[in-house]
Amino acid sequence: MKILIIGAASAIAKATARIYAEQGNDLFLLGRNEEALNGIADDLKVRGASSIGLACLDLTKSAQHESSIQQAIDEMDGLDIALICHGSLPNQEKAEVDFKLAKKEIDTNGLSVISLLTVLSEKLSQRKCGTIAVITSVAGDRGRQPNFVYGAAKSLVSTYLQGLRGKLRADQVHVIDIRPGLVDSPMTAHMEKGALWSSPERIASKIVQSIAKKKHTVYAPGYWRAIMFVVRLIPEVVFKRLKF
Amino acid sequence: MEVHGWGRYPVTSAEILAPTDAASLNKLLSAKQHNSAIPRGAGRSYGDSSLSSRLLSSRFFDNFSELNTESMTVRCGSGISLNDILKICIPQGLFLPVLPGTKFVSVGGAIAADVHGKNHHLDGSFCDHLESFRIMLASGELLHCSRSENQDLFHGTCGGMGLTGMVVDATLKLINIKSTSISQQSLVAKNLQESFELLNNSDASKYSVAWLDCLSSGDSLGRSIIYLGEHGKERGKEQEEKLERDQHEILKHRAGRSLSIPFSTPSLLLNKYTMKAFNNTYYTFKVKEKAELNVNYDRYFFPLDGVKNWNRLYGGKGFLQYQFVLPTESAQPGIEKVLEKITSAGKGSFLSVLKKFGEANSNLLSFPKEGFTLTLDFKREKSLFPLLDELDEIVCEHAGRLYLAKDARMSAETFKSGYSKWEEFVELKNKYDPKNVFSSLQSDRIGLTD
Repeated sequence: MKILIIGAASAIAKATARIYAEQGNDLFLLGRNEEALNGIADDLKVRGASSIGLACLDLTKSAQHESSIQQAIDEMDGLDIALICHGSLPNQEKAEVDFKLAKKEIDTNGLSVISLLTVLSEKLSQRKCGTIAVITSVAGDRGRQPNFVYGAAKSLVSTYLQGLRGKLRADQVHVIDIRPGLVDSPMTAHMEKGALWSSPERIASKIVQSIAKKKHTVYAPGYWRAIMFVVRLIPEVVFKRLKF
Repeated sequence: MEVHGWGRYPVTSAEILAPTDAASLNKLLSAKQHNSAIPRGAGRSYGDSSLSSRLLSSRFFDNFSELNTESMTVRCGSGISLNDILKICIPQGLFLPVLPGTKFVSVGGAIAADVHGKNHHLDGSFCDHLESFRIMLASGELLHCSRSENQDLFHGTCGGMGLTGMVVDATLKLINIKSTSISQQSLVAKNLQESFELLNNSDASKYSVAWLDCLSSGDSLGRSIIYLGEHGKERGKEQEEKLERDQHEILKHRAGRSLSIPFSTPSLLLNKYTMKAFNNTYYTFKVKEKAELNVNYDRYFFPLDGVKNWNRLYGGKGFLQYQFVLPTESAQPGIEKVLEKITSAGKGSFLSVLKKFGEANSNLLSFPKEGFTLTLDFKREKSLFPLLDELDEIVCEHAGRLYLAKDARMSAETFKSGYSKWEEFVELKNKYDPKNVFSSLQSDRIGLTD
């Protein structure tokens, strides 16, 4: 298969790319940090990828999205799966009081993804096949006090994906929304870890399985579906008093 | 966060830092903190070697850089596990020259402990097949080390328990194999004398190790089953297919289908009666087993890896592994004394392993030296510590030493009596890390730092 990984230096992306590499697929990586991408490309080659390409760009610059994605399609001579993984975890307290920062975070976690989806859905609709998988977050299921800027950006993407899924159905393009819970990665390095945390590798194997099975909305690990179901049920009168 | 080694004792609270690359490691080291730090890989050392107030995790140093089938080398980050390496090597007919008892150790950890395998008598230890590595010093400087470049640091870091700096990546030599199976031959030794004789007569075997019944006494004291192994020879189309099947098997393993111990079992289950019963049954069962077998390399080298978190079997208080080496001349009487002492104390070990070592290498703190090594596991309980002190005395009297990667309690005197190059190591430390930024609970205890 020909797989495009966007935000390829993220921990989940890296772990997912490794599984695809071990299966001998063609991979193309998009990301910002050239040194990191080169290191990952070498790694994936050793692990068995049949071909590896990469391009560096700042994903918040949507003007370059079209050309980078086209480059990936040209180099791999096709595209079967596009996985969007990039993101950043904002400092909620700062983002609440500084709109510039909030906007930057929503650009990174929300709008840049919409721009990529616009290009990808056009390319894949033309080809009448393929899968678009996007990593969002359980944080998008309900706005919670400690991270609602991040949550709002993620829910923007999730809502967009729900509509897009229907629209692309006619073109046989499949859309998956992957919502990881707490993931132990460099992005969350500063946080205290407990029993609900999972490794990027665990999320990655879930992603690969869900793509193969053409799932729609995937919680990773699966128990987050139950947790978020309960979280969504809490009446607002109570919820607004919760600080978790 | 609370952390511990594989033996689950001691437990300490530490800050875990996980640099993503050399630049971020540099940043962490240059931050003005006076706390000491120690690199930590897979956390497979048993005691307190990888414990300190700050741990520098190598988990994100997990990229392969190159697998060169011509020169038969692999270059990879220090956080890569030996299992990761085997997975990419085996399809190319390549294999690691030295494998310890678990495939889950990291490359950095294997270098730090200069781990050994069942072929030490022929091939030496892990670092004897290490071509070079890059290490970040406490100053943030990144140095390339090999046998011809920064030699002193190379020989200090190999077996140096992470005290010289943090290894970022390394280049390892590989060997060719024709098959992933090991043809195993098992021999029965009725007592310690026979165990030694059989191991001494097995020098020509590529791999050799003895599982010893440490609870038998009297005439059968030291009885054992000796496992010899050679790499399988055949390689044809059938073999290629087998390689592929094995590979599939390993991948499946990784998906987490192996047996796992989810929580600590009550340690009462492990007492001298159950252990005696286990040892007896194992011995009797194995004596009857076919003497020659073809087994998969995974089963031959890593029998315990099949059970995830087997360390929890020893109960919530954890356990201690005690491994020592005695020089050839004094090995048999020394080991006899140790076994007698254990039996008379009513203590026992599930797994006791006897192995013959070849010559020592020139690394400053590497454990292996010519002679015999015995490994014992003990459930942690109060009465164990005085017994281990007594065993230390026997080991020191017989010019032996204890393995740092297993140790959680030896005294500075015991350490210094066993490791004659310790002062050279302290000098090297003064040269590369004068402020002892890199130190562990262990290094403080045994008098290498602090």
